[in-house]
Amino acid sequence: MAEPHEHPPLKPKDFASDQAVRWCPGCGDYAVLKTAQQAFAETGRARSEFAVISGIGCSSRFPYYLSTYGFHTIHGRAPSVALGLKVARPELSVWVITGDGDSLSIGGNHTIHALRRNLDINFLLFNNRIYGLTKGQYSPTSELGKVTKSSPMGTVDHPFDPLSLALGAGATFVARSVDVQAKPLKSVLLGAYHHKGTSFVEIYQNCPIFNDDAFAVITDKPVRTERQIELEHGKPLVYGKKQEMALVLDRLRLRAVKRSDVSEAEILVHDTANREQAFLLAQMHWPEFPEPMGVFYQGQRATYEDLLLDQVSQAQKSKKADLTELVYGKNHWTVQ
Amino acid sequence: MQENTESAPSGAAKAELVIRHAVVRFAGDSGDGMQVTGGQFTSTAAYVGNDLATLPDFPAEIRAPAGTLAGVSAFQVNFASEDIYTPGDEPDVLVAMNPAALKLNLADMRSGSTILLNTDAFTRGDLAKAEYQSNPLEDDSLEGYQVVGVAMTSLTRKALQESGVSSKERDRCKNFFALGIAYWMFGRPLEPTADWLRSKFAKRPELAEANILALQAGHNYGFNTELLPVYFRVEAARLPAGVYRNITGNEATVLGLVAAAKNAGRSLVYGGYPITPASDILHELARQRHFDVRTIQCEDEIASVCAAIGASYGGALGCTASSGPGIALKQEAVGLATMVELPLVVINVQRGGPSTGLPTKTEQADLLQALYGRNGECPVPVVAPASAGECFELTYRAVWLATRYMCPVFVLTDGYLANGSEPWRLPDMATLSMAWKTTHAASEQMNGFAPYDRDEVLARPWAVPGTPGLEHRIGGLEKQAISGNVSYDPANHQQMVEIRAAKIDGISQEIPEQEVEGDADAEVLVVGWGSTHGALTAATEHLSESGHRIAHAQIRYLNPLPRNTGDVLRRFKRVFVFELNGGQLVRLLRERFLVDCIPVNKVQGQPFKVVEIEAAIKPHL
Ligand SMILES: Cc1ncc(C[n+]2csc(CCOP(=O)(O)OP(=O)(O)O)c2C)c(N)n1
Ligand code: SF4
Repeated sequence: MAEPHEHPPLKPKDFASDQAVRWCPGCGDYAVLKTAQQAFAETGRARSEFAVISGIGCSSRFPYYLSTYGFHTIHGRAPSVALGLKVARPELSVWVITGDGDSLSIGGNHTIHALRRNLDINFLLFNNRIYGLTKGQYSPTSELGKVTKSSPMGTVDHPFDPLSLALGAGATFVARSVDVQAKPLKSVLLGAYHHKGTSFVEIYQNCPIFNDDAFAVITDKPVRTERQIELEHGKPLVYGKKQEMALVLDRLRLRAVKRSDVSEAEILVHDTANREQAFLLAQMHWPEFPEPMGVFYQGQRATYEDLLLDQVSQAQKSKKADLTELVYGKNHWTVQ
Repeated sequence: MQENTESAPSGAAKAELVIRHAVVRFAGDSGDGMQVTGGQFTSTAAYVGNDLATLPDFPAEIRAPAGTLAGVSAFQVNFASEDIYTPGDEPDVLVAMNPAALKLNLADMRSGSTILLNTDAFTRGDLAKAEYQSNPLEDDSLEGYQVVGVAMTSLTRKALQESGVSSKERDRCKNFFALGIAYWMFGRPLEPTADWLRSKFAKRPELAEANILALQAGHNYGFNTELLPVYFRVEAARLPAGVYRNITGNEATVLGLVAAAKNAGRSLVYGGYPITPASDILHELARQRHFDVRTIQCEDEIASVCAAIGASYGGALGCTASSGPGIALKQEAVGLATMVELPLVVINVQRGGPSTGLPTKTEQADLLQALYGRNGECPVPVVAPASAGECFELTYRAVWLATRYMCPVFVLTDGYLANGSEPWRLPDMATLSMAWKTTHAASEQMNGFAPYDRDEVLARPWAVPGTPGLEHRIGGLEKQAISGNVSYDPANHQQMVEIRAAKIDGISQEIPEQEVEGDADAEVLVVGWGSTHGALTAATEHLSESGHRIAHAQIRYLNPLPRNTGDVLRRFKRVFVFELNGGQLVRLLRERFLVDCIPVNKVQGQPFKVVEIEAAIKPHL
């Protein structure tokens, strides 16, 4: 393992590369990039200890704009490249950058398997509910009936709910944030960084070109507080302009109620260790419910690379790695 | 069987015949343990010092209904006191455990050869399952063969009456009874197999003893009943001096990977997904964790090759293996590895295709896939071992090429090499490790790191994440020369395409020149690649023994080709190219060298027989 080396404290701009950023004006990706640079700087880690791996899509250009190690791979396969990298160099801070098409369509298989393995990586899913780079086809998160270039009469595909999928696949850190809400986004990114295991972060990202305002109903400033609910461990689940709304549990179902209609004791308290509750929260969508932001769930489970490398060191302790012995095998004979 | 000298009768039995080689095929239902029986016969042949070659042949169905033609599993071994190169065209002895095994294998038997049958299995039901209209033991269909019928099932039962194992387990020992007879026939020692059984069933010693008893009973039966008028002796082969072991191609491939990684001082990260006949590479590597081998059983082939690339990016040796269909899935990622110029070893244990094809049979039809089966101009080195033992050498070499030249390298083996075994003269481990060199550690001295700067062989530096000061970005988009920044500049693209091609072409300076075996002044040259080597060598040696002038070139480096390949081809008046495909290498040679090579192709899921090769050439000699 490489020793963490001495370096002066880094600033967000130290994490910017010399490459011109080429997203469309107004693209949500800019905001995420900026916040990620801040979060990276705040971790105190050296640039050389970050490896940012992406698939293909607009969002997957991300690594080029960071002055860390970066690898722009092929469509949908970033989790697999990250798997190999993490198994080779577990000490690195590995970030997978992916879009909804990249990780849920072509890479769906790798996504669920990364989550079940619980590699210690940070998986940032930029969800714009559309294919940006290929100019506007519907994605696995597009709402049913959505009219796009490839669905002129509306889609007939039922969408995925990324967070439910992640929880179902065994993710140990599940969170959501919004591209332009820098403060909560940064806190989620730092939470992901500090979590040991796969951190799955869905970021609502606006694509002004092909799917403008896809999340505006819940992310627009004037309505934000009514339509989003901030998740904080140990805090009651209340929301609204004056925090006048609350969530309660009614026979294994969530219900949004007026706070005044229930006793404080009835109000659900957020518990990031409660996976069942996280499932319920993941399925809350506007307009029936406010949409939760923040950390839905955080659990502890051994990581894939730790289990694998433990086996390696165990094997190394119990058996000598003698190449001659291996190549010669048990049954060899000599011809004079 | 080739007779040498007939020696005086010895012991209680009759004549002992010293022969130079013999081919024995064990065939039975896939539940009868024929692979184990054949494997043990092989180990014992190796133990007494014979040269040998094997051909396991199993059905694609794991457990077809017992007794049916679809369920027949066979194992052929050729063992000799002289150099041999193939498992043999025709068995001298067929051990058939049931009618289906007899029916499927009879066509390969020459008249006069010996057929050892389990008569207990020739019941009406089993005959029907084998689609026999009448009992071959009773009609005259086996006339001309030396048929030895033994009630193996009942004799085994009798022998194991006191053994204390269940009657089902008793019946399963009959393959060792048959093996015992075969051992008697060839005067083989029983002890190595007994030892093997004792360690295999260490946890159930009663099972080990039952099998040993069956083995002994079969041997005694042959001895006491004087089952055959003669028995045979195949003496130890006079192999070149050295230390030997018996090895299959897949085992040798694994050793090549482990040895290369160890000598390179790097972790081996292997991404795998099970597929016949490549799975054993994953199985074997998974047992080598103490060599810092990190195997990952991925969710699919795409993930496994990508994990290997990710590992190489991280400074480990990333490798992956599969067979045709899985390799097809990996190809996009091989293109990525070519573009980002990272080491990667991709092993293709070829099988019959297209699609799922003949999953348990051998073929060489993925050569063009390896050379051209990707998008864009994407040249990749391709090597092909010619024998099980060579799988070690060339896999080792492939790792070396991948790390030296920073590129993916294909290793093409096949089902026949993967599963067949042969005595392998072990390499000198000391010279092996000294042969290792990787010239470029991350070039930290570089001022302002340039990930696509190149050394004298056009390789770029291998800068590993975690190294301060070398931060850089790579990806599948076209790179600007030297800086590695994304570039769509037309002239730059052409330049980069040419550099990547020149880098691979340059490997021809590194690899050995093409050798020609046999008569260098002959008019006829036979060319092959990969596993056809044994049959081609046997055929050309045989032809030249009978006075024909003939030469043989086996191509092990298929991309780039050895630098003298054109000269070699042009030296001969007629050039035959033998392949287990529709004619893939022949296209390459014709196109590259404008030599009018004559294709000889077999696409039956089976290796060439020596007689087929001779028959194809003889009219032209
Ligand atoms: C194998 C393969 N298939 C298809 C494509 C084309 N492609 C590139 S990006 C993309 C979808 C991107 O959508 P998303 O992942 O949502 O990312 P966004 O561009 O919206 O950020 C597709 C289909 C490709 N590059 N490779
Ligand atoms: S197409 Fe959409 S997602 Fe892509 S860069 Fe433009 S705005 Fe961003």
